Amino acid sequence: MTTVSRVKTLKIDGQDLSGREDETILEVAAENGLSIPTLCHLDGLTEVGACRLCLVELKGSPRLLPACTTHVQEGMEISTDSERLRKYRRMILELLFTERNHVCSICVSNGHCELQKLAHSVGMDHVRYPYLYPKQPVDASHERFTIDHNRCILCTRCVRVCDEVEGAHTWDLVGRGLNTRVISDLAQPWGESPSCTSCGKCVNLCPTGALSAKRVAEMNKKPQFLAHLTVMRERKR
Amino acid sequence: MSPDELKEIAQTETEAHDKFEHHLNVCMAAGCLSARADQVKDALEKEVKAKGLEHRCQVKGVGCMGLCAAGPLVQSERDGTLYKEVKAEDAAPLVENLGKKPLKKLQCRTDVPFFQKQEKIVLENSGIIDPERIEDYIRVGGYTALAKVLTEMSPGQVTDEMIKSGLRGRGGAGFPTGLKWSTVAKAQNGQKYVVCNADEGDPGAFMDRSVLESDPHRVLEGLAIAAYAVGAQQGYIYVRAEYPLAVERLNTAIRQARRRGLLGNGICGTTFNFDLEVRLGAGAFVCGEETALLASIEGKRGTPRPRPPYPAEHGLWDSPTLINNVETFANVAPIILRGGAWFAGIGTEKSKGTKVFALAGRIHNTGLIEVPMGTTLREIIFEIGGGIPGGKEFKAVQTGGPSGGCIPAQHLDVAVDYDSLKELGSIMGSGGMIVMDDTSDMVDVARYFMEFCMTESCGKCVPCRVGTAQLHNMLLKIGAGQATRADIALMEELCDLVRNTSLCGLGQTAPNPVLSTLRYFREEYEKHLAEEVV
Repeated sequence: MTTVSRVKTLKIDGQDLSGREDETILEVAAENGLSIPTLCHLDGLTEVGACRLCLVELKGSPRLLPACTTHVQEGMEISTDSERLRKYRRMILELLFTERNHVCSICVSNGHCELQKLAHSVGMDHVRYPYLYPKQPVDASHERFTIDHNRCILCTRCVRVCDEVEGAHTWDLVGRGLNTRVISDLAQPWGESPSCTSCGKCVNLCPTGALSAKRVAEMNKKPQFLAHLTVMRERKR
Repeated sequence: MSPDELKEIAQTETEAHDKFEHHLNVCMAAGCLSARADQVKDALEKEVKAKGLEHRCQVKGVGCMGLCAAGPLVQSERDGTLYKEVKAEDAAPLVENLGKKPLKKLQCRTDVPFFQKQEKIVLENSGIIDPERIEDYIRVGGYTALAKVLTEMSPGQVTDEMIKSGLRGRGGAGFPTGLKWSTVAKAQNGQKYVVCNADEGDPGAFMDRSVLESDPHRVLEGLAIAAYAVGAQQGYIYVRAEYPLAVERLNTAIRQARRRGLLGNGICGTTFNFDLEVRLGAGAFVCGEETALLASIEGKRGTPRPRPPYPAEHGLWDSPTLINNVETFANVAPIILRGGAWFAGIGTEKSKGTKVFALAGRIHNTGLIEVPMGTTLREIIFEIGGGIPGGKEFKAVQTGGPSGGCIPAQHLDVAVDYDSLKELGSIMGSGGMIVMDDTSDMVDVARYFMEFCMTESCGKCVPCRVGTAQLHNMLLKIGAGQATRADIALMEELCDLVRNTSLCGLGQTAPNPVLSTLRYFREEYEKHLAEEVV
């Protein structure tokens, strides 16, 4: 069976654009310089549609669609920015900030944090809900890295990159609801994980200060490696 | 097993059944069992033996008879006399009285609306056949629909019949079953699956549990017919592990069906192969959501994924998968035997057939009922259900579990169907009905359901994971008398977010109990408000 991808034409924010039918709204928007806020998405990892920040409006549909998992279709009229979407994005970030301890001033990622940047860009300058501050552990048993669950937003980038790119599948999730937590192997200390290769991919992709390198006061992460890896792998194929 | 062999078994069974002069049917479903129906059955058997009546009177364990409030129930098949709250020591007088006038002391009247106003399709065998014997199911016509489908109908004809019937999914969303079947049938792929969703988790709901405990073969037959219609050879029944009796009876039923050649290779002497496996849910409510359920069957963490793609196209292990609820499958055999047009003649314009409801809460006749779509809430609660005990006033009925809403007294005359309940801000759901009297605090009711959603959220998407927790906090604050009008506005805004941005049905419908109580009982919320400081 030959896989021929047809090209579809659609409108995003009033612009006439075209995209292959196997591309998502997010990809087509990005190709054309339109940015949609995201947290769980990263080029090179499978999409999970979990953070809900990239929700967009489709003309004629009462439902909002996640741009990261919705494929383009002929004649779609997409709006990526509206008063309603901006409000929802602000509220989702508010919820994230109340969920765990996100006190920027004492965080290793302060100034280099995607959550912080997003909050700034959508104008979320205060939260209206009580802080939940659940008691979350910090695991510093690894020789080079630390995981501070208090900063984790459960975007699962670390879980996916470890499984899909590194192939180790050290990380996974345990529990549900607010009690969901990232664990290494069978919930043992990271330092004792037999599967971890200490490659540091998870640390560099973590959007917040949850995963960080030891002995650094200010963590400036380098997530670019993923794009290089993806391109190189595709070329080899 | 050929159709002729089926007939033969049915005939032998009927003869064996008719040999007995009397039949004492003891309900052995979970409700009556918990009231020690097993002891009653043992005592009856002993008594029959002691009196030397073992060739004249049969004591049989059967499925649910519906009136769970009055269990353990025993029915004498000959004259239909129903006995309630039977204890082991009642065995002697009951057996003594066989063929004479009914025992007044234990008799449960059956000329009352609870029994008269029901119309049974899904539950037609419940309380009549022994759920642990395939032969008893065959005696009442079981597996003839499967034989008919395999020997006389093409897969397309089966789907057409389902479309004609107008049956809509009984799991809650009400998607047209025939359309779902034809979508899966059309999908191009060698490997396809059928899945039965028996992960019933709504608080107060026990419809699927009863069907599985009372008539498991009916569900297997529906699954096999569906598999034939869509072109699947493998099926799964996903049951929650909290239903041990249902699991046990399902496994027994599958074993029996395999032995009789009604599952496995070459069913009914045709080239059709189909087998089934039971998979147990480990206690997560969210696994009732179809994509989470499929992930769980695959052995992964039970979390939903965005749809589309729908399971009809990308389901189990990426193959096209038909997924229906227990009650939906239980409707299949009668539709095939009596025709889609017959089924479409029952119910309302857009909701066909009957619906099983589990009555719970402040209501006299707690139990399981089946009524035609379009029956009013008043008939269900006050006639069939017998009204509110203790001289209390009816306040609201909660339908649809944590995804549904509370319907107040002024809407009691609404004819129940998918659309009417939705208009009222609730949903049909899977059929749980929790009746509340004037002692219920509606803020606390909303808080209870929000707590349920909060603890059952899978934690994948932010609005559901954190939003439900914040909503629960707000409801606690209101209940404690510490909230202001601004808090209610904030809560309504958050409800709007959770409903519109959550990933799956659990989050999208989680605000419903809050929104519906705000719609009908806003004054109760306001009564709780703290005095505002000016």
